[in-house]
Amino acid sequence: MKTVAEVAPEFRDSLGGEMLRIRDLHAYYGESHILHGVDFDVRRGELVTLLGRNGAGRSTTLKAIMNMVGRRTGSITINGNETLGMKPHRIPRLGIGYCPEERGIFASLDVEENLLLPPTVRSGGMSLDEIYTMFPNLYERRRSQGTKLSGGEQQMLALARILRTGARLLLLDEITEGLAPVINQTLGEVLMTLKERGMTIVLVEQNFRFAAPLADRHFVMEHGRIIEEISAAELPSQREHLNTLLGV
Amino acid sequence: MTMIFGVPLAVFMGQLMLGLINGAFYALLSLGLAVIFGLLKIINFAHGAMYMLGAFTTLLGMNYLGINYWAALIITPLIVGLFGMLIERVLLRRIAHLDHLYGLLLTFGLALIFEGTLVNFFGVSGARYPTPEALQGGFKLGFMFLPTYRAWVLGAALVVCLFTWYMIERTRLGAYLRAGTENPALMQAFGVNVPLLITLTYGFGVALAAFAGVLAAPLYPVSPTMGSNLLIVVFAVVVIGGMGSIIGAVLTGLGMGLIEGLTKVYYPEAASTVIFVVMILVLLIRPAGLFGKEA
Repeated sequence: MKTVAEVAPEFRDSLGGEMLRIRDLHAYYGESHILHGVDFDVRRGELVTLLGRNGAGRSTTLKAIMNMVGRRTGSITINGNETLGMKPHRIPRLGIGYCPEERGIFASLDVEENLLLPPTVRSGGMSLDEIYTMFPNLYERRRSQGTKLSGGEQQMLALARILRTGARLLLLDEITEGLAPVINQTLGEVLMTLKERGMTIVLVEQNFRFAAPLADRHFVMEHGRIIEEISAAELPSQREHLNTLLGV
Repeated sequence: MTMIFGVPLAVFMGQLMLGLINGAFYALLSLGLAVIFGLLKIINFAHGAMYMLGAFTTLLGMNYLGINYWAALIITPLIVGLFGMLIERVLLRRIAHLDHLYGLLLTFGLALIFEGTLVNFFGVSGARYPTPEALQGGFKLGFMFLPTYRAWVLGAALVVCLFTWYMIERTRLGAYLRAGTENPALMQAFGVNVPLLITLTYGFGVALAAFAGVLAAPLYPVSPTMGSNLLIVVFAVVVIGGMGSIIGAVLTGLGMGLIEGLTKVYYPEAASTVIFVVMILVLLIRPAGLFGKEA
């Protein structure tokens, strides 16, 4: 297997540097206070997961990074840029791709239009050919209406369209939700490939068995904060403790 | 003389032509309304006023600045479109987070203000705008006389409608517009400046109305109330066509113009109400409109 530096030499120097840094993040939807001081960092080229029960604030954390919630306080730096005061459409231009939980496939666009929709934010994104090689199903159905695809294909599409944009930091919200094991296996392989290409990935995941072999570190959330950080190396000894935290 | 169901062919074709011309205006106006409604979710009650401002800008531009008809075709939609963008930026954006009914009320209020202001200065009788020289006269088609200007209006309106359809359905900007209509928050998360897209869309919809106003100037008296008279019918057309599709707005506009024209031939008393009768029937059978998506 090639190392990241071999695949993407331009990232050799910056590898291991900080891609995302969140400090004392509070977020509110109207009157309700959802995040209560979230702190964590993600290093360049890392894949981390946000684990936790429903309502722990994992999806809200991703939305808060994208400035899609109401009010936010604290600090979110991406590649060294403080983004808390930034307009929502400026944030993705720092090189972020966001894949929402509901997938957000557009019904009024066909598959290829959906793929081509997100504007390029950085150079070095995957070409349409590369994407079709990675997801042959999407090529076969490129003229179909986006929402006519199966759940698995829609998820592939939601993921594929942010790979074209040149984003280096991917925020993926529950991408395995409701999908068949065979499709999850494909998604897992795609994530491994992306990691090899030097992408930094934050994965909100319910399916721990999917996330465990992929991730470098796991953050466990509860009541709008990070309560535990577990590295991949610590995972075997912490498994039972983690199960208790997640209530599985 | 050839007769069609007891009506001379020339009369029949003449009314059909008039119907098509009216239909072209319905199409242009309902198209703009549909585009605006799609992204802003606002029923733009100021649309008739924008059409009227288009005609007035053309008239005043000629009288005071010597801007001829051909230049007005470009300049007027630009000026009125920019004015619309200003309205969106300064007023509509402030209430965008409220119930969309407030947008309807605000635009209705704006329409009254524009109309009232112009009535104050120019009265309601209306002024004539000369038909441009190149478009005077007409063609003898054998079965009817076709005034050049009317043929031009029909052609120009169709080209602009087709252009709009192409822009929205076949270009990248149009894909942004369609996607922004569905899920503006996600479009922002992709890095698209949605507030700017909204401003441009409102400006474009209003510019379409203003373009219709320029086309109308030599045909109808240019008066402050010309828009509100037309807008009620256009709303009925929009309801019949449904808010779902661009092509739907255009086809319904032309179709309703034709139905109105035919009614004028066979039962003139009903000509001004036939569109509303169709609207009631459509609402009973297909509440989402002929081309609308069922909710």
